[in-house]
Amino acid sequence: MNYIWNFQDVFDNWWALAIGAAGTLRLFVVCLVLGMGLGLIIALGKRSRNRPVRWLSTAFVEFFRNTPVLVQILWFYYALPIIAPIEIGPFLAAILGISLNSAAYSAEIYRGGIQSIEPGQWEAARAIGMSGLQTLRRVILPQAIRRIIPALTNRGVEIFKMTTLASVVAYVELLQQGKLIASLNYNPLEVYTVIAAIFLIILYPIVRLTYALERHLARSD
Amino acid sequence: MSAPVLRLSGFGKQFGSLRVFSDVDLDVMPGDRIAILGASGSGKSTLLRCINVLETPSEGRLELDGELVGQPSRAGDMRFSERELCALRQRVGMVFQQFNLFPHMTVAGNVAEGLKTVRSVKSQKALERAVAELQRVGLADKADTYPSRLSGGQKQRVAIARALAMDPEILLFDEPTSALDPALVGEVLGVIEQLANEGRTMLLVTHEIGFAYHFATRILYLAEGGIYESGTPDEVLKNPKRPLTQQFLAEHRRFQF
Ligand SMILES: Nc1ncnc2c1ncn2[C@@H]1O[C@H](COP(=O)(O)OP(=O)(O)O)[C@@H](O)[C@H]1O
Ligand SMILES: [Mg+2]
Repeated sequence: MNYIWNFQDVFDNWWALAIGAAGTLRLFVVCLVLGMGLGLIIALGKRSRNRPVRWLSTAFVEFFRNTPVLVQILWFYYALPIIAPIEIGPFLAAILGISLNSAAYSAEIYRGGIQSIEPGQWEAARAIGMSGLQTLRRVILPQAIRRIIPALTNRGVEIFKMTTLASVVAYVELLQQGKLIASLNYNPLEVYTVIAAIFLIILYPIVRLTYALERHLARSD
Repeated sequence: MSAPVLRLSGFGKQFGSLRVFSDVDLDVMPGDRIAILGASGSGKSTLLRCINVLETPSEGRLELDGELVGQPSRAGDMRFSERELCALRQRVGMVFQQFNLFPHMTVAGNVAEGLKTVRSVKSQKALERAVAELQRVGLADKADTYPSRLSGGQKQRVAIARALAMDPEILLFDEPTSALDPALVGEVLGVIEQLANEGRTMLLVTHEIGFAYHFATRILYLAEGGIYESGTPDEVLKNPKRPLTQQFLAEHRRFQF
């Protein structure tokens, strides 16, 4: 091996990478909020007393958990406009694919967290006159979320990395920009090395932040 | 003669095919202190939990201050709306064997929670009230501590303060000292005795028969799916009339000295 590394062409295109990073972050934040928010709603749906709601929530989870995100993005982008009169851009197709998949996974995490809270907590809250919703909001979820922060962090990291799938519909994010640079300069090794490094540099501090959050929430132990 | 605060009539509970109790009639007058005794599994907890409808009673009527709680369904059992349940439970407080404090809230936060969330009292005011309630159970100095730092006896006193904060007309206690080290039982019974002296209406499930004798205005002994024997402490505890009550008390006296 006597490959001569040359990062100059990559760094000359830093602005293209910056645009890509902005696109990645934008997609990540939207998918994180939608995926985790919808996941909670689906988790509550699975616990509902209403049978159709329960059934729909389960069907949602099983459908989106057991189909590849890549296929979903492609399907929303190319197939949905055929059966419905809606044009979907790359951004929206990626949001749908990644968010719905993440919602399915995080719904299972929330459900496990909620179930892990002792029934006595529900009873104590109901016994001072709190409604089911108040109990959930004030007593159950704060404890459940504390327990599932590690699992949710994994989900968040997964969502961040899944954003690269959006390049399949040419959404402008890091990988898409990398491909472009690599094809113009014939330097895939350097480009993809830099892309991987950028992901690591952005993700690692975020993960450290959730560790700190975990410690902060554990102060009542 | 005043009207009963709580009236149960034809009250019953089944779990599937298991009939825990049936045909329970009970009038609780203001200031009554009723101790509920019975063997394990005789339905003491279930009866208490049906009174604040943590369990839905299968049959019979529940009246508070002469007003029926819930609507009878066509099948004859009672249905309770969420709103009714929340209103009922503010008037009938409960203290659990396992305390069930909210571990993520401070002691004062636990006591203030009902006021804040259910009564929409402003946070500052609710905390002031909480500290006042904690004062009554001798724990004002623990206001900012988290429950994990408290002893069992302290936890149970906080749980009592949490129930008191809602200013309930009736307090239900389900074996409040059974999860405690013997050395910590006294401080909790002391608080309950103090509430008795204030004239609170209370129903207490307990195995502390000595305390029941001094505390109660009336004793209920549960067996055979209902109120098996009832009367004043002297009647039921000193001169039990029926064989199961006699046997239960004899069992309890075995290791006395
Ligand atoms: N949620 C429940 N589902 C089914 N059976 C129950 C439930 N709760 C209590 N039981 C049964 O009802 C009976 C009375 O229980 P409980 O009221 O807890 O008795 P006690 O408090 O007197 O020990 C027991 O046989 C118990 O197994
Ligand atoms: Mg019991």
